[in-house]
Amino acid sequence: MTTTVADTHQEYNYEVVRLFTIATVFWGLAGFVVGLLIALQLAFPDLNIEPYLNFGRLRPLHTSAVIFAFGGNALFATSYFVVQRTCQVRLWSDGLAFFTFWGYQLVIVMAGVGYLFGVTQGKEYAEPEWYVDIWLTIVWVAYLLVFLGTVMKRKEPHLYVANWFYLAFIITVAVLHLGNALSVPVSWTGTKSYTVFSGVQSAMIQWWYGHNAVGFFLTAGFLGMMYYFVPKRAERPVYSYRLSILHFWSLIFIYIWAGPHHLHYTALPDWAQTLGMTFSIMLWMPSWGGMINGVMTLSGAWHKLREDPVLRFMIISLAFYGMSTFEGPLMSIKSVNSLSHYTDWTIGHVHSGALGWVGFISFGALYYMVPVLWGREKLYSMKLVNLHLWIATIGIVLYIAAMWVSGIMQGLMWRDYDDMGFLEYSFVESVMAMHPFYLIRALGGALYVIGALIMTYNFYRTIKGDVCEEEYKTDGVLKGAVA
Amino acid sequence: MTDGNKKNPGHQGKEIDRVSGVETTGHEWDGLKELNNPAPRWWLWVFYITCIWSVWYWVVYPSWPTLSGATEGSYGWTQYKKLAAEQQEIIDRQNAYLDRFKKASFSQILKDKELYAFAKAGGSAAFKDNCATCHGTGGAGGPGYPNLNDDDWLWGGEIDTIYETILYGIRSAHDDTRISEMPAFGKDELLEAGQVEQVVDYVLSLSGKGGEHHGDLNAGQQIFEENCASCHGEDAKGLRDSGAPNLTDSIWLFGGDRASVYKTVFEGRKGVMPTWVDRLDKQTIRQLAVYVHELGGGETREASASEQAAPMEATPVQDESSASDEDVAPSEVAVPDEGEDSIDEEDSSGVSEPLEETAVPVEEAAPPMPEETETNSHDGE
Repeated sequence: MTTTVADTHQEYNYEVVRLFTIATVFWGLAGFVVGLLIALQLAFPDLNIEPYLNFGRLRPLHTSAVIFAFGGNALFATSYFVVQRTCQVRLWSDGLAFFTFWGYQLVIVMAGVGYLFGVTQGKEYAEPEWYVDIWLTIVWVAYLLVFLGTVMKRKEPHLYVANWFYLAFIITVAVLHLGNALSVPVSWTGTKSYTVFSGVQSAMIQWWYGHNAVGFFLTAGFLGMMYYFVPKRAERPVYSYRLSILHFWSLIFIYIWAGPHHLHYTALPDWAQTLGMTFSIMLWMPSWGGMINGVMTLSGAWHKLREDPVLRFMIISLAFYGMSTFEGPLMSIKSVNSLSHYTDWTIGHVHSGALGWVGFISFGALYYMVPVLWGREKLYSMKLVNLHLWIATIGIVLYIAAMWVSGIMQGLMWRDYDDMGFLEYSFVESVMAMHPFYLIRALGGALYVIGALIMTYNFYRTIKGDVCEEEYKTDGVLKGAVA
Repeated sequence: MTDGNKKNPGHQGKEIDRVSGVETTGHEWDGLKELNNPAPRWWLWVFYITCIWSVWYWVVYPSWPTLSGATEGSYGWTQYKKLAAEQQEIIDRQNAYLDRFKKASFSQILKDKELYAFAKAGGSAAFKDNCATCHGTGGAGGPGYPNLNDDDWLWGGEIDTIYETILYGIRSAHDDTRISEMPAFGKDELLEAGQVEQVVDYVLSLSGKGGEHHGDLNAGQQIFEENCASCHGEDAKGLRDSGAPNLTDSIWLFGGDRASVYKTVFEGRKGVMPTWVDRLDKQTIRQLAVYVHELGGGETREASASEQAAPMEATPVQDESSASDEDVAPSEVAVPDEGEDSIDEEDSSGVSEPLEETAVPVEEAAPPMPEETETNSHDGE
């Protein structure tokens, strides 16, 4: 196996993967820092700098930066890496692949600049205006062509499971984007457009998109990542092929119906709410299938967790994945949702998924890929990986614990009536009560940013060709070499 | 690569994983293989159970769309019925007191422990959601927004007066609004620039201010008497029927530094308090009146009549309102928490009675409460 790397190194297009890798780290840092800033803005409103850097404009900048810029570039990088290696062929078209890189960066920049200047459709996770939407469609079709073309000319008879997930992610995101972005520009020279849907239909389309952005971008795509890098790093076979088939198809089929749970107790008809809720409940096990398959892949290699912080990243990410995919169905239950909806609990839930699952599996994949991509024997420092791991883990725990407490407190305060039938608390009192938890949340976010900075430094030294010699000498067990 | 193909000799020779003893599927990609383990049984079962539970849920609740609507579920549940039931629960809690509350006059409310607690609870909730935006959560106000905790009242500090202020507002859009205007003496050239300076100096001197900028106080006083006294009174202690503030105390609505007072005289001031009669239920407004009255500076007719010998000559609409509240310590006047005894007011007729009667058409008062409940419960979800 190890020989394949050397043999095929020249034949794979690693150059575009390297570009996407650098972009992942860059946008990741940017997104995390903006997240920290808006967390602080919530705690200290004076930090809102009007008009360009106020919370309302920075919040979509943060969500888009972490989901689509950090997460998106990580998916591009790993999918191009994985599809080449598991199909044993070079990318179908270098030119188109490089086009997807620069095209996608342009999407990010256009979207981000737009937010700062107040250009937005106002649709969560789909804020960019029509001109960005059109450009993204072009880039995404190119992505699909590159990926499919590579799959078509593969030299392996079968298609590896990671590629199913990547393909499902690419195709479904295209469908979601086209559906939700349907809008009519006010003029061809202006930025403003209006969605073709209205009223509750608009809300339903939005959350059909929004929930499946979570399902197919942040779940299916990153499961593809998981299915390559976890067995690769653990050097163990995937636990169960049958489970991977079952949970792939059940996940794909069920996820797409779960969106209405974002609109419980609204103008959305009862029947649609019911279906959204029940499909969310049925989604629990299909989601967990990925966790089981990932974690069980370590059977026979558990000892590696003690030695390898990169593998630890991946396993902790699966633990967060399992936790948030349990929490999701739980929160979709109407009676739970009536407490959790519109509170910080939702924010905490999203971040246990985003920081824990998406972030950590990406970090694990990056730590694996960087030495391979730049032809280095090993990472500059495994101790720094370990440091990153723990700082970031503590950061996540602080973050989500603070949001659980503050979210549930918020929900309880809002619904609290006294014996005489009057509201016990006003809204602003609930805001005041949340302040300490906003501080804890910001602290957690700061730790996460510090972790990412440590990773960036580690990559810089690794790419430069440095190796922290003493570390590898004194601590022989640390597994530095990869692939 | 050929390399990979060599390791994939096809489907026949399935390899056994040495560690787990489980056979692989016989495929390999970039060194990755898959074991042929079955899916965990518990995983399958939990999945089946969630599916069965969902089917049960579809039967019980509205679920699948049909040509004419959707299946209704076996017991007719809708979110609107649930909302109505939950609102009813809250309304019932209020109704335990509301009937008596509607019939009671303010003075009776102050004497009745339960009604008093009811009014304060309702007033507090309504205050925090409606009034706190300007007056602050604790009613402490801010520049341009009066402090409701002290005993300095622009338009009067009795419950009835407060009630009327909340009902119709101050310089609001309502026909019955309280209205008056501090003229823009400088801007509108009613006074010359120098005269404005002089009168400002005089006004500041009334509360012992003035500092370095001592002008001609006599000239200032003359200007004051000619231009200001008609509203603020000869003694500058304010007149409540025109909402003109007392200028001799140290309480300043728009700031008591020289620049602020100058601005006030030069440009005039007209702060606005909205009318609430069309936005809040009358009973809620009555609760608010009690609540604001009890914040610390409320006055009673008793106190104004007996304890204070009206040092300023007011021409009140409400004849009893001439008390100079500034001098009354809140504790002497306000109703202490459980203080039925300290209210010596026997007179439950007078101003409050007619107001209340118009205020409480029964069938109007019942729904408005829920209106507030409703919006609140939406917030809560």
